[in-house]
Amino acid sequence: MESRRNPRAVVDPKVRQVGFFTSSQPDSTQQQQPDPIASVSSPPVSTISPSGNSLSPVMIPPPRHNSSDTFPLRGAAAAAASAVSPSSFSYSSRRDFPDGSMTASPGRVSRGSFVKSYVPVASSLPGVGIDSMAAAKSSSVPATGLTTVSVVNMPPGLSEEVQSDQKNNSKSLKEKTTKAERRALQEAQRAAKAAAKAEGGGKVPPVTLGSVAGTSVKAAKTAKPTSQKNDVVVAAGPSEKKGGPSEKDRKKDAPHPRMQYDDESRVVKAKRRAVVKQTEAKNRVELFRHLPQYEHGTQLPDLETKFFQLDPMHPAVYKVGLQYLSGDIAGGNARCIAMLQAFQEVVKDYSTPPEKTLNRDMTAKISSYVSFLIECRPLSVSMGNAIRFVKNRIAKLPITLSESEAKAALQSDIETFINEKIIVADNVIVKHAVTKIRDGDVLLTYGSPTAVEMVLLRAHELRKKFRVLVVDSRPKLEGQLLLRRLIKRGINCTYTHINAISYIMHEVTKVFLGASSVLSNGTVYSRVGTACVAMVANAFRVPVLVCCEAYKFHERVQLDSICSNELGDPNAISKVRGREDINYLDGLTNNTNLQFLNLMYDATPSDYISMIITDYGMVPPTSVPVIVREYQKEHVLV
Amino acid sequence: MPDVQSMVVEFVNKLRKRKIEGSQATAKYTVELLRSVISQHRVPHANQAAALIDAVKAVGEQLVAANPVELAVGNVVRRVLHIIREEDLSLTTAAMAGLDLLDASDDDDEDNCKGIGYPAMSAAVVAAARSTLRPPSLQTLLEGTPESATVPYTSSSGADSESKSKSADKSSITRKLKHDVIEGVNQLIHEIAGCHEQIAEQAIEHIHQNEVILTLGSSRTVLEFLCAAKEKKRSFRVFVAEGAPRYQGHLLAKELVARGLQTTVITDSAVFAMISRVNMVIIGAHAVMANGGVIGPVGVNMAALAAQKHAVPFVVLAGSHKLCPLYPHNPEVLLNELRSPSELLDFGEFSDCLDFGAGSGSPLLQVVNPTFDYVPPNLVSLFITDTGGHNPSYMYRLIADYYSADDLVM
Repeated sequence: MESRRNPRAVVDPKVRQVGFFTSSQPDSTQQQQPDPIASVSSPPVSTISPSGNSLSPVMIPPPRHNSSDTFPLRGAAAAAASAVSPSSFSYSSRRDFPDGSMTASPGRVSRGSFVKSYVPVASSLPGVGIDSMAAAKSSSVPATGLTTVSVVNMPPGLSEEVQSDQKNNSKSLKEKTTKAERRALQEAQRAAKAAAKAEGGGKVPPVTLGSVAGTSVKAAKTAKPTSQKNDVVVAAGPSEKKGGPSEKDRKKDAPHPRMQYDDESRVVKAKRRAVVKQTEAKNRVELFRHLPQYEHGTQLPDLETKFFQLDPMHPAVYKVGLQYLSGDIAGGNARCIAMLQAFQEVVKDYSTPPEKTLNRDMTAKISSYVSFLIECRPLSVSMGNAIRFVKNRIAKLPITLSESEAKAALQSDIETFINEKIIVADNVIVKHAVTKIRDGDVLLTYGSPTAVEMVLLRAHELRKKFRVLVVDSRPKLEGQLLLRRLIKRGINCTYTHINAISYIMHEVTKVFLGASSVLSNGTVYSRVGTACVAMVANAFRVPVLVCCEAYKFHERVQLDSICSNELGDPNAISKVRGREDINYLDGLTNNTNLQFLNLMYDATPSDYISMIITDYGMVPPTSVPVIVREYQKEHVLV
Repeated sequence: MPDVQSMVVEFVNKLRKRKIEGSQATAKYTVELLRSVISQHRVPHANQAAALIDAVKAVGEQLVAANPVELAVGNVVRRVLHIIREEDLSLTTAAMAGLDLLDASDDDDEDNCKGIGYPAMSAAVVAAARSTLRPPSLQTLLEGTPESATVPYTSSSGADSESKSKSADKSSITRKLKHDVIEGVNQLIHEIAGCHEQIAEQAIEHIHQNEVILTLGSSRTVLEFLCAAKEKKRSFRVFVAEGAPRYQGHLLAKELVARGLQTTVITDSAVFAMISRVNMVIIGAHAVMANGGVIGPVGVNMAALAAQKHAVPFVVLAGSHKLCPLYPHNPEVLLNELRSPSELLDFGEFSDCLDFGAGSGSPLLQVVNPTFDYVPPNLVSLFITDTGGHNPSYMYRLIADYYSADDLVM
């Protein structure tokens, strides 16, 4: 747990680099920018660990001098674990980043734990470094700087090709890191399989991957997948690094077109398969025919009675589905975690039917569960990404693994995903975002975003003096829940409806928003109303900061809120909770002239957004596609 | 006049307690009240116009003070003052011109302020009278013959006092002034009551087939406007933002549905999401300021910004009684009104939070519930008033036509 957690922290600085460049903190970037070049050229010369030094040409500060001054601090701890200095070197150099960037932040407190965790990552460095070196060799240094992010999964193939002499070095590293027995085991298996790869080269990379993966969902528990993955990457990597993915890959990249509900034949087909019986809403909004418009509140009793007939459905999945349906679980993270935990249960209770292979059968199972969940409530982007991850992991399970091993590997993969992509990511976001809150700030937030709530609470713990404006909107009124929680902690709050946003925007100094997803054109897809808030803030020249975990990023693009959206219960609009005097529309819900439109999300154009705070750092909305391309490909698409 | 006094007090109370809401209703009450004030006011022989003006001003000040945010009250009081001044002036000029033939020829004056019983007089005198009363506007220039408008004449305020001395001795004129003023006020009442139809008549020019219209708040003017287009067999669809926390949108939706319009109710937060499919935003104003800015139901600024982002025309419907001759300063705050927090939060639920203040005595929770919103003139595409469509930049001109400069500060 710990070890996995921290690697992410290590990587963070790396990515934060992206944020760095954009967020204009010249001091740190300027310091380090020249270095990368030096480091790129230096590695071959340096005897210790060329790869380690060259690790990230752009991001990593100068290996030598820089690390030497910082060394004693973390080096001591790191050294305890690793006898070979290279690893600690690279580590410390990496560490510089966070320190430099976050000097003001409380994050430092946790340094001790970070150091510990660095060790495994250290082993990953060689591979990465090599890659970057290769890139450097191939051509321009700056380019590698950009791609360092993705570089992570490229090492194995490269390493053997480029530098076989490094083997020893890496081996020694590996020995240190193999403490994780499972990894070692997997490596052994993998080694057997991928004999083509040089042993050393092959061995090291998996470790790197595993540990680095900690940070980037990849979480390569199983050695096999990584090797395969690596093969693919390597194949595409060196040759096409600049050119991007191969044609085939690119095709795969394009997200599948979503189901359009105005396509009758497909709707009929889908209905036949459906478990949840949906009744079409009577008064459908013409503009949204392409989205499912169902009656709400009718499905639950029907489903409940079906509980014992539904043989193929796993009870855990069923439970989660019902919770989605009834709205007991809401919010991107909560829904995603609930689903993943249900899948963990599924994996635990799974046994391969005779004459079937685990990979295929389980993928099919998961798919059927997912379609059930979709019937209960359309998937959020975060869930879509998580499902892609799970399926990917299943598909990549090595055939050599026994069933129990495979199951264990899968379960721990999912666990890793939850921890690193959601829980730790939130912590990192909080760490970043808190630095943006100053004494005397008046912060505005809309709805009840979990990440923002954590930021506010953390800032309060740090005794920053600020005031929060909670803006809310019908029909969910989630802001009231947030308001209650904030007030319980003693934070000064002002509450209002979204209509009054122009009235209160005068006093606001920063706007913090949550997001359901960030699309690759920089559009923030979020709770309906977010766009209004961002727009008004923009009109009043107030900076808008969006907190969003990177696993919610998606390569889809969207220009408006019409083409893709989710429709909530229309009856929630006609009835005003707690206001019996508002009953103008009581008898009219069946009138054909009257429709109720309860949109769930809207798309905020990127020009309203000043900054997106993710677990990879603080980036402008224009950098979203970079993160999508460089970070997600490795664990989702490859 | 205890009678009038009690009426004034009653009306002031209603305004204070916000029993009367909506600028049209308020304007109507106000002008009717002022009419009875005028009719019951015993005018002295000398200086009767000034006496009337003082009486109206005295009442007007009370009314405005009762609800300073309801700008329609002030507007109507100013309009009545303007009527008095203009009637007085026309009588004087008639007297000065020596034309005492008091044949009540109907006047076709456009702005309906006074308009009855102009003594027959030369166009030159009328033009002269007008040009002294208000600064030259396009309208006056076109109405009067240009060459006669240049007839030299003394300043209006001077004319007032000197006219009084001349006309004082004529009892017929005494009665005539009051009579004319009341006629003028009646016309104003008529105009306020009929402004919906006047505006609605123009609907057909602005709404075309298959249009998608967004509106918010509940305005009778908007309702009539949309229905007028519907009656002309235009089929279009209306999105209504519900307007939390007052939910006036629900009310409007109900009326629209009753008249057979295709109506979709959306939440306020979905305004930005939907605006990309909307062809036109039509709202009713609470008041129109002299700079062309609009005070409207809360949430209107958000819609205006969204409309601007998507280049959707933002049309404001306003009867002329909503035209306020003031230039706004920080209107979001100064011309706003905060309503009860209970509309937003259930006190029962949050009672424990309201007095959470850790010893400091100040509550941790504040609730803001404003009533109005201000839209700056650059976000407004068009004003449709009962006198036709106007650009925001032209508003100050209209105001010059309706009010006399002396009354701007009451």
